[in-house]
Amino acid sequence: MTMLELYGQSFNSRMLLGTARYPSPSKLAKAVQASKTEIVTVSLRREAGSSYAGEKFWDLIKSLNITILPNTAGCYSAREAVTTAQMAREIFQTDWIKLEVIGDSESLHPDTAGLVEAARILSADGFKVFPYTTEDLVVAGKLMDTGCEVLMPWGAPIGTARGLNNEYGLRTLRSRFETIPIIIDAGIGLPSHAARAMELGSDAVLLNTAVARAENPVTMAEAFAEGIRAGRKAYLSGPMQPSDMPQTSTSLIDKADLRE
Amino acid sequence: MRIIINGKTRKVSNQLLSEILIECGYQQTHFATALNGAFIHKHLRESTRVMPGDRIEVVTPNAGG
Repeated sequence: MTMLELYGQSFNSRMLLGTARYPSPSKLAKAVQASKTEIVTVSLRREAGSSYAGEKFWDLIKSLNITILPNTAGCYSAREAVTTAQMAREIFQTDWIKLEVIGDSESLHPDTAGLVEAARILSADGFKVFPYTTEDLVVAGKLMDTGCEVLMPWGAPIGTARGLNNEYGLRTLRSRFETIPIIIDAGIGLPSHAARAMELGSDAVLLNTAVARAENPVTMAEAFAEGIRAGRKAYLSGPMQPSDMPQTSTSLIDKADLRE
Repeated sequence: MRIIINGKTRKVSNQLLSEILIECGYQQTHFATALNGAFIHKHLRESTRVMPGDRIEVVTPNAGG
């Protein structure tokens, strides 16, 4: 199968995995290994002077020897997101940033106006922006105008595990922007959701909680990887189109006449 | 002077950001700083003067989705 291309880098795996909410650091490491994911997301949080939790976490992530995608989770304005991205670049030594600008604290709906504003500032500053957005076509176009070479529309609101809320919107986004990598981010709860996202022609899936909060995160990580591979293969194989008219799969030609 | 560091008010005797960070116990290798909402590059901490009431943020790597 063809590789996933993101900002000039190539990846075999089409699964991006978050690092939050695992029962233990070792479960996180095993889940990453089991899924064969090559990109993990990380964040920045406050730390007291006497604490070394951040150092320990960073040592764990570095030991995985895979690509890091820092996020701006929890930012509610373009300015906050830009500052967070700048801090992330210094710490993680990468110009990749998963850009989140949240507009509503209850639904965690992206603030797409703030997102476009932050993407413009960050792209001009040399960042490679992965914008967490909706399936809105116009917003997607504006994000690409700012320099984004990847789109990350949601499947459903963060942490809901609802799957793909708007398949029509995602399919339309795919057909309108045929060549830009589309990563379905957020709302994925089951491997079948991830497989469906891939069947629609998405290039990759980013998920976290569905793996981390499973009773067995390691096995679930594997299951998601298999679902994503299956969905990709199905998309590339050219699925048949649904029809309202039933049609026998076994030919009726030369069927024996057994009437009485 | 009193400053606010990671949301908590604290009295410090130094004025430069780099010195305040040491005074507050930050000796980790990996952390980043912001002053009043603006990023301060690590090379600028030694020349950044902090004023009374300023807000310092110190962040480190963490899990994220």
